[in-house]
Amino acid sequence: MNASLRRLSGLLRKEFLQIWRDPSSLAIAFLLPAVLLFLFGYGVSLDARGVPLAMVVENPDAASADFTAAFAHSPYFRPRHFRTIQRAEQALAKREVKGIVWLRSDFTRRALARPPAPIGVVVSGVDANDARLIEGYVQQAWAGWLASWARTHGRPPPLLVDVAPQVRFNAAVSSRNYLVPGLIAVIMTLTGALLTALVIAREWERGTMEALMVTRVRLAEILLAKLIPYFLLGMGGMAASVAIAEGLFAVPLRGSFWVLSAASALFMLAALGMGLLISSFARSQFVAGQIALIATFLPAFILSGFVFDIASMPAAARLITHVVAARYFVAILQSVFLAGDVWSVILPNGAALLLMAAIFLGLARAIARKRLD
Amino acid sequence: MRLEGVRREFRSGKRVVVALDGVTAEAPRGAVTGLIGPDGAGKTTLMRLVAGLLRPGGGGIEVLGLDVARDPLAVQQRLGYMPQRFGLYEDLSVRENLDLYADLQGLPPDERPARYATLLHMTGLAPFTARRAGRLSGGMKQKLGLACTLLRPPELLLLDEPTVGVDPVSRRELWQIIDDLTRNGRMTVLFSTAYLDEAGRCDSVWLIHEGRLLGAGPPAGFTAEMQGRSFFARAACNRRRLQAELAGLAGVIDTVIEGGRVRVVTATPAPPETAALAASLPRFSLAPAPPRFEDAFVARLRPEAPPAATAPVARAAAAEPAAAAEVISVSHLTRRFGTFTAVDDVSFAVARGEIFGLLGANGAGKSTTFRMLCGLLPPSSGRLRVAGFDLRHAAAPARARIGYMAQKFSLYGDLSVRQNLRFFSAAYGLANARQRERIDWATAEFGLQFALDATAGQLPLGFKQRLALACALMHEPDILFLDEPTSGVDPLARRDFWRRINDLAEAKVTVLVTTHFMEEAEYCDRLVIMAQGRVLSSGTPEAIKAVAKSPALPDPTMEDAFIATVLAAAPGEAA
Repeated sequence: MNASLRRLSGLLRKEFLQIWRDPSSLAIAFLLPAVLLFLFGYGVSLDARGVPLAMVVENPDAASADFTAAFAHSPYFRPRHFRTIQRAEQALAKREVKGIVWLRSDFTRRALARPPAPIGVVVSGVDANDARLIEGYVQQAWAGWLASWARTHGRPPPLLVDVAPQVRFNAAVSSRNYLVPGLIAVIMTLTGALLTALVIAREWERGTMEALMVTRVRLAEILLAKLIPYFLLGMGGMAASVAIAEGLFAVPLRGSFWVLSAASALFMLAALGMGLLISSFARSQFVAGQIALIATFLPAFILSGFVFDIASMPAAARLITHVVAARYFVAILQSVFLAGDVWSVILPNGAALLLMAAIFLGLARAIARKRLD
Repeated sequence: MRLEGVRREFRSGKRVVVALDGVTAEAPRGAVTGLIGPDGAGKTTLMRLVAGLLRPGGGGIEVLGLDVARDPLAVQQRLGYMPQRFGLYEDLSVRENLDLYADLQGLPPDERPARYATLLHMTGLAPFTARRAGRLSGGMKQKLGLACTLLRPPELLLLDEPTVGVDPVSRRELWQIIDDLTRNGRMTVLFSTAYLDEAGRCDSVWLIHEGRLLGAGPPAGFTAEMQGRSFFARAACNRRRLQAELAGLAGVIDTVIEGGRVRVVTATPAPPETAALAASLPRFSLAPAPPRFEDAFVARLRPEAPPAATAPVARAAAAEPAAAAEVISVSHLTRRFGTFTAVDDVSFAVARGEIFGLLGANGAGKSTTFRMLCGLLPPSSGRLRVAGFDLRHAAAPARARIGYMAQKFSLYGDLSVRQNLRFFSAAYGLANARQRERIDWATAEFGLQFALDATAGQLPLGFKQRLALACALMHEPDILFLDEPTSGVDPLARRDFWRRINDLAEAKVTVLVTTHFMEEAEYCDRLVIMAQGRVLSSGTPEAIKAVAKSPALPDPTMEDAFIATVLAAAPGEAA
């Protein structure tokens, strides 16, 4: 075995022993991903279900009962009945309900006359998501009611466009199905950038780095000895996350596993490059942690299109997303999980990841010095 | 190794700090060169420059015939370096650490068993190869660090403060190892330390202070120039009064309390004029003393006699109190952390106006005892009374009478001196006129006038210490706790500090000191030696030193006494 390989294998053995014996590394690599997945899988959901809704029917009759039944049977709403609009508005103000559907006393008569529909809809704008849901649903329910009324009364349906939205790729419209793949990017950022930056800073803090620097070891060997173990750890975290996503949350994986692995490997290299870069100027764990959180973790969370749609961001923010590696990875992930191997998505994003990995790793190597100043 | 006008600066914000200022020196091959100086003198910077970890701002360094700045890798091939906070991997066992460094240094596998056996035998670590480095004692860690750097015997060995904070027994063993290594003349060692008493063990010494080389040469040369200038004075009176009187004499540049006597150093090789003293003090005597390295250091820092020292403490005239009231009493104090007993059945009592020391290595249980005394940590068992208060029930009123100066600089480094004084006085509940009065007092008493608006974090170490003491004294406590107060400061700052402490003790403030610094123990009226949580010995410095007295060692040092005490308590269990 030549001297360089022996040094590298010595460093690698040390790194693995440390990872194995130090519970905090393993916790960041495996426990944190599991916690995040459970949190997003079970806890956080962007789907509205059981939204409390006030129904005010001033003059109950068969026609209005028919209309309100559409809400009662919907899984999205939990209707509550109020006598007067004033009461309902009080409830809205107290946030007991998120919207009001108001059928005036002349509902049935005007309903059949001509549009616009005689329905008052008040929504609370506090939660924009719920507000849009109520609006859309009221329109749908109204259309459905008109159609069925026409059928039962043997008349041609009034002039209406049948609004029947079709959801593709995520037929259940479950937010879990796109959150969980995006989460994998966040998790890999954690191991790649945060953990790597932290363990190198720890070597500086404990003085072990200074001791390494004066041995015959070459810089490339030190960097490789950090790159390899945390690459494997990150890929392990990725595999565990995919297993949880598939096994527990039944998120579909429509593309191939190999495309997923290759894209993950590229992203992992970019994240590790960031981690090494951070560690070249942050020599305390506190600073390294702060920089890694701000420069890698938060962008991966907010600017990657994982939760917030990039297309609807302001132009300036959209511009910034281009330097966030997670953006490209999330695009690939969502395509591989929900649509399949869509090469027109995978190839350009993959190329971007490759470029970013090359830039970050190259910079990290170029900046690193076997000196303290 | 040759240094030629080496200069190095560091930039911190807008300020430029000169760490090394034109150091020119030469270290002989195959010998131990001691790099000696207080904290902040530039020792570590010099080490890093020699190791090629920093580039010199000016001048050149030649190591083993190579220019370090031009070819650091070639130099690093041939040297071993043990940084101050040594780089052991604490999660790895002794054996795994050795394996790692053997790989890094390219020691062929077939040579390893023999080399490991030699090093483990030399360091006494053979029984602990499977133990994690993090679980070793401080002394054992240093020895393992040394073993790791020696796996492939380097031509030049750089050791950055390997003995600081290590117990004296391990310290002696480390020196034994270094002596063995250099005996055949093949290895050159550069050894840095803040302990001036280690100079005598080196073949050659570089004395540095504030980035400048104050002197270089064999240690005997330093003490030779002090020949006839060191004396021991004794008198049947309070030794602090004796010191104050001696310090006021013309031609005296230094006075230090050493147990029951006072060491006096003069500016010229002649005894000071003591006729007047002999007349006024009962049983006064003055005898020549063998000069120490520290005397030479002080003489270089203060070639002239200081302007007549402030008038001898007036309060000293008060007669010794007939019955000393007990201010601190500790009985059967024990503190456990899980299965580990940090403090084990410790008992002692401190009288009013007494300076009492807890002497021990890092990890001996001093700090834990201290925290319990301050009411910061409840004891597992035993009784504790401070200023008449039971700390378990009345921590707050007891604390109001305690001043505490922590080991690490515990002031706000980003605030100015004035802001620190204001904050700490307010924290102790002072306000308005009273607060202004105390701040004025502290400013005048501690000579902080010119530094009031300076940022505390950028003051020199000695100044920081003064400021910390001033802050601890804002509320005029009658008990003062000092945790390692002067470790690493230069001898002048230490003298200055102890002069103030002595004044306080004379004013009947009770002072409790922890230290691992043998010399500091000499200042105490009484002390206990602690090791592994237990009190091994207690009494006056004289009484404790008497233990080690033998025909071969008529005048033992505190370190000799410490080692004798530790070995007597645990025969066969070194460190």
